[in-house]
Amino acid sequence: MKDLSLYLHIPYCVKKCLYCDFLSFPAAEQGCGMDEYTDLLCREIELSAAEYKEYQVLSIFFGGGTPTLLPQGAVAGIMETIRRNYRVAEDAEITMEMNPETARKEKIKEYITCGINRMSIGLQSTEDEELERIGRIHDYRTFLEAYDLVRNAGFRSVNIDLMAALPGQSVESYRRTLERAVRLKPEHISAYSLILEEGTPLYERRAAYAFPSEEEDRAMYELTGDLLASCGYHRYEISNYALEGFECRHNKVYWQRGNYAGFGLGASSMVENVRWTNPADMETYRLYAPDRHPLTLHEQMEEYMFLGLRMMRGVDVRRFADEFGAPMDTVYGGVIDKMCGLGLLEREDGAVRLTGRGIDISNYVMAQFLFDETE
Amino acid sequence: MADIDQSRIRNFCIVAHIDHGKSTLADRIIEMTGLLTSREMQAQVLDNMDLERERGITIKAQAVRIIYNAKDGNEYIFNLIDTPGHVDFNYEVSRALAACDGAILVVDAAQGIEAQTLANVYMALDHDLDVFPVINKIDLPSADPEKVKNEIEDVIGIEAQDAPLISAKNGIGIEDVLEAIVEKIPAPGGSPDNPLQALIFDSLYDSYKGVIVFCRIMEGRMSKGTQIRMMATGATAEVVEVGYFGAGQFIPCEELSAGMVGYLTASIKNVKDTAVGDTVTDAKNPCAEPLPGYKKVNSMVYCGVYPADGAKYPDLRDALEKLKLNDASLNYEPETSIALGFGFRCGFLGLLHLEIIQERLEREYNLDLVTTAPGVIYKVHRTDGETVELTNPSNLPEPTQIAYMEEPVVSAEIMVTTEFIGPIMQLCQERRGRYVSTEYIESSRALLKYELPLNEIIYDFFDALKSRSRGYASFDYELKGYEQSRLVKLDILINHEEVDALSFIVHADSAYERGRKMCEKLKDEIPRHLFEIPIQAAVNGKIIARETVKAMRKDVLAKCYGGDITRKKKLLEKQKEGKKRMRQVGIVEIPQSAFMSVLKLDDK
Repeated sequence: MKDLSLYLHIPYCVKKCLYCDFLSFPAAEQGCGMDEYTDLLCREIELSAAEYKEYQVLSIFFGGGTPTLLPQGAVAGIMETIRRNYRVAEDAEITMEMNPETARKEKIKEYITCGINRMSIGLQSTEDEELERIGRIHDYRTFLEAYDLVRNAGFRSVNIDLMAALPGQSVESYRRTLERAVRLKPEHISAYSLILEEGTPLYERRAAYAFPSEEEDRAMYELTGDLLASCGYHRYEISNYALEGFECRHNKVYWQRGNYAGFGLGASSMVENVRWTNPADMETYRLYAPDRHPLTLHEQMEEYMFLGLRMMRGVDVRRFADEFGAPMDTVYGGVIDKMCGLGLLEREDGAVRLTGRGIDISNYVMAQFLFDETE
Repeated sequence: MADIDQSRIRNFCIVAHIDHGKSTLADRIIEMTGLLTSREMQAQVLDNMDLERERGITIKAQAVRIIYNAKDGNEYIFNLIDTPGHVDFNYEVSRALAACDGAILVVDAAQGIEAQTLANVYMALDHDLDVFPVINKIDLPSADPEKVKNEIEDVIGIEAQDAPLISAKNGIGIEDVLEAIVEKIPAPGGSPDNPLQALIFDSLYDSYKGVIVFCRIMEGRMSKGTQIRMMATGATAEVVEVGYFGAGQFIPCEELSAGMVGYLTASIKNVKDTAVGDTVTDAKNPCAEPLPGYKKVNSMVYCGVYPADGAKYPDLRDALEKLKLNDASLNYEPETSIALGFGFRCGFLGLLHLEIIQERLEREYNLDLVTTAPGVIYKVHRTDGETVELTNPSNLPEPTQIAYMEEPVVSAEIMVTTEFIGPIMQLCQERRGRYVSTEYIESSRALLKYELPLNEIIYDFFDALKSRSRGYASFDYELKGYEQSRLVKLDILINHEEVDALSFIVHADSAYERGRKMCEKLKDEIPRHLFEIPIQAAVNGKIIARETVKAMRKDVLAKCYGGDITRKKKLLEKQKEGKKRMRQVGIVEIPQSAFMSVLKLDDK
């Protein structure tokens, strides 16, 4: 029996955040209603099932958009479809993303009843003016209410999403956000630096905002690690922190190149070293299956490195050799030595991992592992 | 052909300021004379290089012969010689004018006389051409033909009251122009019975026929088998074919005789042997003297041209060889740069010529190029009495070996509306201009005369001029000579290493300003590295300006959502791809664009 994770993409949100370049749109702007979309999603889940007869599902992730926008009963329906068609492990990690503004007692009850056991709540900041500046639709108080609803419903694994380097944010205001977040004792915290993506409203209007300097951004990053460590959260991935035993299983599948099947508009999959991504527009999604791209050995090696290096443990040297039939040093020895020499990587306990400085400029380090060929 | 009546030939050209409609009028004339139907006309027949059509300028001289049935009942032969329209090609223009007997002056009815109008019309008058004006674009709402007529009479001093009022674009008034050609342009002189004397006004290389020489027969005759000699270059050959110019094609004929414009081929392998301005004569029965005005053309502007990909060096060499076949004014010799590797130091007539060659290399030969800052030829007088002509700043002798240096200076004429006189004078001042005079053309316009060092105007001067006059200023210049000047070599050091390809010669007084701007510009161009990179400008080893590219502090990916790895990989690939286009200088990687972006330092 092989392992599989499922990702379900719900591309709806109340209003798109100003920094967001993920595939999502306000519900009102979409030609396809949420009920119809739920049906399409369930149909895709059913039709794909035959491919995964030999797999057991270890994690499921409802992402978006805002999956909590789905009408009452939709999530339970999707879960039911999955269970009917797939072998879901008893201890599977099943996560639901939530925007605090959309938290409803009845829906949360539905989630826990249908087997969702982990909630991931997008807080980003506890400072209302920072939230408003990036176009979040909720404030801190709304978040607190949502958090209580989730806890009171019985969720014992909760993640809080935070963001650093927001316009107008200072190291001090960010510290307040961190402190308030840990006071709630979530089991998991993810904290990403805001990256201005081209095409987003925030990017277009970037000149009008005061963004923290890179020095401040890195100070915030260091503060995150230190403050969270002192409260028992360890950093297991560049931007993810967890109490012992609460690392997000689903996310680690991405970095460690486990099998995952994505369902829904624009969802990505990788199963047995074949990657594909669903169409991003509704019409094409309705009608066509995407092309599948079997990864070449070089592509697999590249991914092994640039994804694996996101994990604080680093990339396992022996596993590399087992998987690809060539020692890591034969393939990447030169690059690794060069990066070690620059203080960006370190070798330890049969692993290669980013140093603190290497994390700061991880793009630069990871790009070194790409091969020159263009295929 | 033999019974062509010399009195029914008209050899003429059209002179105008850029955009006043010269090429459009030429098209209409060709169209109206029935040589081509409207349907066959490709816009701007005479400009047959793609580049010429795109830029709306004429680069090479062209000629076309057309037949016109005039109102007097006679059939006339018109030879229309289209001249280049840019100051870089002034010498070519002068030779094309010398091949004509008259000129049509086209003036825009809305804009009136511009700097190039004057320069070109004076040049035509200098060649004793009979010039008559036509007023173009009369259908524009802002047209004011009466005012323009007066301007022509007042400023140029030629009769303009009966000038044809036309719209070349819309075909209005073209017949008046054709009649005026018959009436106002004199028939060519010369006798077919005199020894052969023909003026070369252009040539082009054809891989089948060899060099095709464009000429105007002043005296005598020439046909297949004539043994010819070029009087300046001394080259001799036997004529294989003579003919005249159809629209875009060569039409062979029996003989060319005095007064005619046509071409000859003689299995000549190299355009070097058929220099523009040279006189073709009969080797067995030569004329007494060559025609006046021949000059050896010299390059005015030099720059380094390198392939972006070092492996393409042989391709670049081949491409330059091929272009040179057709362009005697292009010079090049191999050179090496520590930063850019193997390339060529190329000499051009001017910046437009440089741009044209560069563009042709990139388009027609599919080469990706890096060019260094263009410079002029300096005369370096050494303490040992020797004089060196310097085309590459890297070759400047040690300061202790230099007695003094000279730089080329031009006489410039700038036509500008009076409201912009201030800003333009300030610009000329900034560029070390020496004020000569201001002449008011009318109450609202003036002609500013300045003497300017050539190196101050070769690159962004024209852009600066346009931007400071909101596009209203026009500009023309000619080389005046060399003058002693306090010049220094400005070196750029990146991470303490001198980058030879970025050095240039500059006047001592502007060294600091230029150095500072260069450093600022480079700071934006050079990506951040793992370490801090000082960028310094130095003169004689002394640092005069400095900027720093800070060390890379943060370079992280955004949240990777839903396992969409492909997108992240593309970002990493983009980063890696960017590296490939870098030049390594020491341990610093410099993007190719940095070598060229420093050319535009006048961004205001």
